[in-house]
Amino acid sequence: MTKVPASTLAVIAAGGAIGACARYGATLLWPTGATAFPWTTFAINITGSALLGVVLVLIIERATVHPLVRPFVGTGIIGGYTTFSTYAVDAQRLIGNGHALTALVYLTATLLTALAAVWAAAALTRAALGRKDHA
Amino acid sequence: MNWLLVIAGAVIGAPLRYLTDRAVQARHGGAFPWGTFTVNMIACSVLGGLAGAASSAVVPQWVQLFLGTGFCATLSTYSTFSYETLRLAETGAKLYAVANAVISVVAGLGGAFLGGAVVQLFL
Repeated sequence: MTKVPASTLAVIAAGGAIGACARYGATLLWPTGATAFPWTTFAINITGSALLGVVLVLIIERATVHPLVRPFVGTGIIGGYTTFSTYAVDAQRLIGNGHALTALVYLTATLLTALAAVWAAAALTRAALGRKDHA
Repeated sequence: MNWLLVIAGAVIGAPLRYLTDRAVQARHGGAFPWGTFTVNMIACSVLGGLAGAASSAVVPQWVQLFLGTGFCATLSTYSTFSYETLRLAETGAKLYAVANAVISVVAGLGGAFLGGAVVQLFL
C-alpha cells in the first residue's frame, strides 16, 4: 500500500473539523428531545448524502480538479458532517425509551430518503452537465 | 471550549476513517465497501458504549463532546455509505447494494447495543 501524503491527511482533518462543526451547530440550533423523531440528524444525513452525490459526480465523472479537493470536500467536510453512529445510537435510545416504532420508522426513513437523495442528486448533476456539454 | 472539543475529536476521526478505509479496502479489495462498513461499526459500538456509560454513570460533558460529537460522529459517515450503496446498484451489483444497506443498519444498531452492554458490565 502506498504511503498517504501528509497533505491529504491534513485536508481531511481540516474538512472533518468543518463538517463536524456544521453538524454540531445544527444540533444546537435545532435540538431534538430524547423520545422525539431525530429530525436534525435526519436532515444532516439527507442533505449530506445529496451534497456528496453532486460533488462526486462533478469530481469523478466530469471536472479536472486539484487532487486535494476530493479528500477535503468529500471525505473531510461532507463525510464528517454526516454520521452513521449518531443515527444508530438515536435509534437505540428511542428503543430504550419505549419508542421502538419511532426507531423503526427513523431507521427506515433515513435509509430510503438518503438513498433517494444521493441518486437524485447524482442524476440531476449528470443531466445538468450533459445539457451543458451538448450546448 | 465546546467547539474546540468537537474539533479535537473530528481532526482524529476524519483521517482515521480515511486510513481505515484504505487499509481495509487494500486487504479486501472487491465490490463490497468493507472499509466504510468497518469504520461505521467501530463508531456505532464506541458511541453505544458512551451512551451506555452515560445511562448508569456521570459522563462529563467534555467527554461526550470530544468522543461522541467529535470523534465517533466524524469517524462514521452516512453520505459515503449512501453513495457507495448507489454505486453498487448502478454497477449492477443490486444484491450487494441491498445487502450493504440492510447489513449496515442492522449491524450498526447491534453494535450500539453491544457497546452499551459491554460498558455496563464494568459499571
